[in-house]
Amino acid sequence: MWKTILRRFLIMIPEVIILSILVFLLAKAMPGDPFTGSINPKADPAQIHHLMKINGLYDPWYQQYWNWVVHLFHGNLGNSYQYQEPVTRLIGSRAANTLWLALFTMILTYVFALPMGVYAGRHEGKLPDTVIRVYTYVTYCIPFFVILVIGIWIFGYVLGWFPTTGSISSDATGWLHTLGSRFYHILLPGLLGALFGTVNIVQYLRSEVIDSKHSDYVRTARSKGVPSKDIYRHHIFRNSLLPIAAFAGYSITGLLNGSIFTETVFSYPGMGLLFVNSISYRDYTVITALVLIYGILNLIGTLLSDIILSIVDPRIRIQ
Amino acid sequence: METASNFLNIKDVSTAFKIDGQYYDAISHINLQVQHDEILAIVGESGCGKSTLATTIMGLHDPAETKISGEVDFEGTDLLKLDESGYNQFRGAKIGMIFQDPLSALNPLKRIEDQISEVMDYHTDLSAEDKHKRVIELLNQVGIVNPQRTAKQFPHELSGGMRQRVIIAIAIACKPDLIIADEPTTALDVTIQAQILDVLRDIQKENHAGIILITHDLGVVAETADEVAVMYAGQIVEQGSVEQVFNTPEHPYTRSLLRSMPQRDNENDDLYVIQGNVPSLQKMPATGDRFAPRIPWVPAEEHEEHPTMHEVAPGHEVRCTCYKHFQFPDEQGSVTA
Repeated sequence: MWKTILRRFLIMIPEVIILSILVFLLAKAMPGDPFTGSINPKADPAQIHHLMKINGLYDPWYQQYWNWVVHLFHGNLGNSYQYQEPVTRLIGSRAANTLWLALFTMILTYVFALPMGVYAGRHEGKLPDTVIRVYTYVTYCIPFFVILVIGIWIFGYVLGWFPTTGSISSDATGWLHTLGSRFYHILLPGLLGALFGTVNIVQYLRSEVIDSKHSDYVRTARSKGVPSKDIYRHHIFRNSLLPIAAFAGYSITGLLNGSIFTETVFSYPGMGLLFVNSISYRDYTVITALVLIYGILNLIGTLLSDIILSIVDPRIRIQ
Repeated sequence: METASNFLNIKDVSTAFKIDGQYYDAISHINLQVQHDEILAIVGESGCGKSTLATTIMGLHDPAETKISGEVDFEGTDLLKLDESGYNQFRGAKIGMIFQDPLSALNPLKRIEDQISEVMDYHTDLSAEDKHKRVIELLNQVGIVNPQRTAKQFPHELSGGMRQRVIIAIAIACKPDLIIADEPTTALDVTIQAQILDVLRDIQKENHAGIILITHDLGVVAETADEVAVMYAGQIVEQGSVEQVFNTPEHPYTRSLLRSMPQRDNENDDLYVIQGNVPSLQKMPATGDRFAPRIPWVPAEEHEEHPTMHEVAPGHEVRCTCYKHFQFPDEQGSVTA
């Protein structure tokens, strides 16, 4: 199994290199240059030309790319034009917020989705199954940001149960209070994210359970005299979880992409909100860095999926 | 002492499946007996209800979708009256089943050892160590060359023949009195088929089990079985010992089946083809001989309106009266000439 993981990890290296080249070239292709307007609107073009030259902006692209990569490894992604501070520090302060929200949403999603999917599959065609299916269809039909807006309106505004902006209240003091306040702020976005995230998993798991239920190996187990509840526990559940496990890594990336919506609607200071703001302010250095980070996180997500799958499915393992 | 009496008595068993809210008989009024040390073969085309009979005996049908009537008397217990947990006392312990498709009948995520010892988990008090010993013993018995290694493997690492051996090992793990083998050799190539049948026979000798062997391969029947029941469209049309059925086949269906088998001494290369198909469940005629449409040259008055079994020799029974003057079209020509 370690061989599988190592091999899968090695495949990721060229992927990351190709991704970084693409991101770099896209950044280069964007209009404008880093100096026009940033020093002084009336600056002498010759002076800007000189600055471009000493900063290597007239070098061939591969050399510029190489310099960029060297800086990257030193943790230097340049300065944000909008905030006038290093991109690394800017992202670093928001990455944790996004991570907490994503993690919380993911846990909630699986806590809701697994029992619902298994229950619906097991009691196929009965009333609870129908209720769960209607829930998934309806939720699936509504765009995610509409769910968020409706959620905020009902629970944040009309009922006033939850805060609607930020990641922490300004008057939070002491670690316990701070932690509580942070948790209170991610509760509603997390719940709404999970509400939306469960849909795919429930549908998938439900049909997997139904498939396994009618499979030949379950019939074999029944012919062994295994009681129904043990058949679910030992045969159906684990086998149905395979595609869900495979999906888990991808769902992490899905959550990060979803965080762009959630954070914008909730004005939650994370990477997603930063991304949207940076785009509206044409903050190229931040956008480039975030695209690269999101890209790498996507690759890590697929890597995780493959690793999880190789753990749970013996057929994937390389001998 | 257990005598050679019938320990399995299937009396008037019908199984109906629900299709679009209505029940249709897949097998109707089946009567069969099985003794210890006996192999009863059930033969017939695909779709004639052989596997339905097997799964009915095993109680593997969803009660919400099927209606089963009659009696399956197994050592004095009517299996059809048992609930799920009552049935589980028999399944795996006293009745073992071997399935048709060894590729899908094993759980892909469990090691062979776990899949075999699972039966013993529910029917024996053996310790983990004893179970392991028994697994190795079983794998040896079904002819697996390196049992220690195979026990640790997953199904996808085994060949089709090996998987079928594993399935047999599961079926016999608790030394059942009855083994139902549903086309155990269909998915395997011919050389492996013979080995698997040998394994089955050896096990039977050891355990004195009765075997119901379901197959459409008449060669397998002639080679292994003691008794034969020929099924057509959910009914038994002919029943008797292997010698009776193969040497003096009476029912047109049995004769057609035997005729469509390749013969070494057959001078022409064409095989006999039975016209038409087995009727689907919804189109099953309510009265008359169900095989009549496939022998259209036989006049209607030769058939009974409600065909019953007629004894033609001790222990040899045939359904309907049409067998009496039955001839194939080419035979008719030679008779009149």
